[in-house]
Amino acid sequence: MSATDESTGGSTKPRLLEVEDLHVEFRTREATANVLNGVGYHVDAGETLAVLGESGSGKSVTAQSVMGILDTPPGFVTKGAIRYRGEELLAATEDRRRELRGENMAMIFQDALSALNPVYTVGFQIAEQFRFRRGMSRKDAMAKAAEMLDMVKIPNAKQRVKEFPHQFSGGMRQRAMIAMSLALDPDLLIADEPTTALDVTVQAQIMDLLDELRRERGMGMILITHDLGVVAEVADRIAVMYAGRVVEESDAESLYERPAHPYTEGLMESIPRLDQKGEQLASIKGLPPNLANIPEGCPFHPRCHRATDECRRKVPELLELRPGRYSACHFAEELISSE
Amino acid sequence: MSEPILQVRDLVKHFPVQQGIVFKKTIGHVRAVDGVSFDLNRGETLGIVGESGCGKSTLAQVLMRLEQPTSGSALFEGVDMFGKKSASQLRQLRRDMQIVLQDPYTSLNPRKTVGDIVGEPFEIHPEVAPKGDRQRRVQELLDTVGLNPEHVRRYPHQFSGGQRQRIGIARALALKPKVIVCDEPVSALDVSIQAQVMNLLGDLQSEFGLSYIFIAHDLGVVRHLSDRVGVMYLGKMVENGTEEQIYEHPQHPYTQALLSSVPVPDPSVRDRREAIRLTGDVPSPANPPSGCRFRTRCWKAQDICAEQEPELAVRRDGGRIDLELADGHPSACHFAERHEHVVS
Ligand SMILES: Nc1ncnc2c1ncn2[C@@H]1O[C@H](COP(=O)(O)OP(=O)(O)OP(=O)(O)O)[C@@H](O)[C@H]1O
Ligand SMILES: Nc1ncnc2c1ncn2[C@@H]1O[C@H](COP(=O)(O)OP(=O)(O)O)[C@@H](O)[C@H]1O
Ligand code: SF4
Ligand code: SF4
Ligand SMILES: [Mg+2]
Ligand SMILES: [Mg+2]
Repeated sequence: MSATDESTGGSTKPRLLEVEDLHVEFRTREATANVLNGVGYHVDAGETLAVLGESGSGKSVTAQSVMGILDTPPGFVTKGAIRYRGEELLAATEDRRRELRGENMAMIFQDALSALNPVYTVGFQIAEQFRFRRGMSRKDAMAKAAEMLDMVKIPNAKQRVKEFPHQFSGGMRQRAMIAMSLALDPDLLIADEPTTALDVTVQAQIMDLLDELRRERGMGMILITHDLGVVAEVADRIAVMYAGRVVEESDAESLYERPAHPYTEGLMESIPRLDQKGEQLASIKGLPPNLANIPEGCPFHPRCHRATDECRRKVPELLELRPGRYSACHFAEELISSE
Repeated sequence: MSEPILQVRDLVKHFPVQQGIVFKKTIGHVRAVDGVSFDLNRGETLGIVGESGCGKSTLAQVLMRLEQPTSGSALFEGVDMFGKKSASQLRQLRRDMQIVLQDPYTSLNPRKTVGDIVGEPFEIHPEVAPKGDRQRRVQELLDTVGLNPEHVRRYPHQFSGGQRQRIGIARALALKPKVIVCDEPVSALDVSIQAQVMNLLGDLQSEFGLSYIFIAHDLGVVRHLSDRVGVMYLGKMVENGTEEQIYEHPQHPYTQALLSSVPVPDPSVRDRREAIRLTGDVPSPANPPSGCRFRTRCWKAQDICAEQEPELAVRRDGGRIDLELADGHPSACHFAERHEHVVS
C-alpha cells in the first residue's frame, strides 16, 4: 500500500499501472479461498517489475484482475483499486476494458499453444487485430503481420505467416504470441511465466527479445516468474508474493544483496547454484498455507525460523524501511541492518 | 569407491515413424538415443543434462527395461541386462534398479492409498517383506522419506506435489535397490519444495549407499547432486566428466552455450557476463544433421563438422584426440577447447 501512496497525491503524474490493496476470493461450494489479501504494486513506463513467488501465491490472479480476465465466478474482486494511468479499472465498463486490452495492455502466457488458435494460420491471427481494430484491408493486415513476425526475429517471416501454430517450434510459438500481443502497440506488457516451458537456450533468446522490445518501445513490463535467475537478469524492481500479499518490494540489487524478509531469504537459499557444488540446501520447511484457512498473524509464521509470539498474533504490515525498500516482517529492520 | 556398478555401451533406441492408418508403413526413425556409453560408479550420482527431446527419458526407460534397446549393451554388476538371464537373475535385477518420475500428479494411482502404493512392490517381491510385516515396513518407509506414517490410508490427492514426490521415492526404496534412476524428480516443484526433496535424495544416498542416475534439465540442480555429469544433444552424449570438469572447464561448444544460457541469480553481474547465445532450435531427432549434430547451431562449425562425426574421446585443446592426457575428460567436438567458465 505504502508503495503507491506518493502517486495518489495531487500534482504528480499518474503511474502507468497501480494496484492497491487488491482482495480476490474464489468461492466454491466447499470453501472460500482468500487468494489475494491486499496486493499492492506499481509499474512505471519503461521499467520491468518482476513478481516473484511460489505457485499459488496469487501472481497470475493479480495479473488476470489487472487485465480484466479473472474467471468470475468463482473469482471475485472484493476490495481494492487498479489504476491504469490514473483511470480506475474496477469501475470501468466491460467495453472500456476490452478496448484497453490489446491497445494499452497485453498479456503473454507460459503456454503459447493454448493462446493461439490451432485452426488459423499464425499470420491470420495477428492480422485479425489490424483488420478489426485498425480497419486495414486483408492484404495490408497480412503484410503488417509479417512485419510483426520479423520484429520478433522469426526467420523467413513472409513465408511463416502462412503456417499454422503446430508447425512452429516452442520458441517460435512464444515469439508469435509476443508479436500478437504487441500488434496494437500497448504500453504495458504482462508476461506470465513466459519462458517456464522452454529450454534454457531458448529461454535466454526469448528473455533477450522481451527486454529489447521493452526498451525500444518504452513499455512497462510485469514479469511473473518463480525463477530467481531470470529475475536477476532483467528486473528493475521486484515484488515478492506470499499467500496473496506482497511481502517484500525492492530494487533488484538490494534485494539480492540482502533480503528484508525471511521468506525471500529462504527462497534465495533454496536455489542450487551453478557456480558451486553445495552440501545441504537450506530449504524452507513446510508448505505454503491453505488459502481457505490462512494462519493468523504473519501468514508465513509456521514456516519461519524467526517466528516469535508476536508473529503468531499480529499481522506485519508492508512498511518502507529505506527509500524504495518495503517488507512485511516484524523483524525487517534487524534483517537489513544486521551484518 | 569408484568401481562401476553399471556399464552402458553404445546404447541405441530408435522409434519407428509410421504413416497410414490401415496399412502402416515405416517412413523413418526417431533416433532418440543413438550410441550412448557411460559408467555409473557405486555410491555415486551421474547427472544427465540436455534440452527437451535429446533422449534423456528414453535412456531412462531403456535402462529400466521398460523399452527394448535397438542395440547396445549394459552390464549391471557384470550381468548383461538385455541378454538371456535366469529367472532369479531377472528378479534380482528388477529389485536392484528402481525409477522415480517427474510428475508427482500422474505417476501415482489416484484410487490407491499411499500404503498400497508404497507396499505394491512387496506383492511382486514378497521375499523382501513377509505379509505380516508389510504394514510396519511401509510405515517405516514413509518415515524414512519424511512423511507421517499415520497417513498410510490417505490418497495421493490429499498430498502436495512435494509430498507426492516423497511417496514415489518411498515406493522406489521399498525393495532396497542399489540404483535409482531419477527422471526429472524435482522439475515440477517450487524451489523451496525442490530443495527439501533434493536434500532427502542426498540423505538417502549416504544412508543406503545408493547410486543415482539423475536426469534433469536444470543445470544447477544437477551440479548440486552429481559426482559426474553427462551432457546429451540429439541422442548423443557430447561430453562427460566430473561435476567440476563439466561446470568449471567445459570443452564442447554445446556445453559452453548451455551453461552460458543459465541466468545467474545475481543482478550485479548482469552486464558483465559474456553470454553465448545460440540461434534456432534443436533439429528433429528423426532427421539429425550429418556429421556433428550440433553443427546447425554451432558458431565454430567448419566443413569437417558436416562430413565427419566427432567421437566422444579425451581431447587436447584444438580437438586432437589424446587418450593419455592427464586431467582430460571426453568430449565430442573436432575443435574442443577448454573454456574457463565464469558464472559469477
Ligand atoms: N514411444 C515413442 N515413439 C516415438 N518417438 C518417441 C517415443 N518416445 C520418445 N520419442 C522421441 O524420442 C526423442 C527423445 O525423447 P525423450 O522423451 O527421451 O526426451 P527427453 O530428453 O526426456 O526430453 P524432455 O526434457 O522433454 O523430457 C523425442 O524426439 C521424442 O519425441
Ligand atoms: N479459476 C480458479 N478457480 C479456483 N481457484 C483458482 C482459480 N484460479 C486460481 N485459483 C487459485 O488462486 C490461487 C492463486 O493462484 P495463481 O494466481 O494462479 O497463483 P500463481 O502465483 O502460481 O500464479 C491458487 O490457490 C489457485 O488455486
Ligand atoms: S513477521 Fe515473524 S513470522 Fe513473519 S516473516 Fe517476520 S519473523 Fe517470520
Ligand atoms: S564438431 Fe564442429 S560443429 Fe560440432 S561442436 Fe565441434 S566445432 Fe561445433
Ligand atoms: Mg501462475
Ligand atoms: Mg524426459
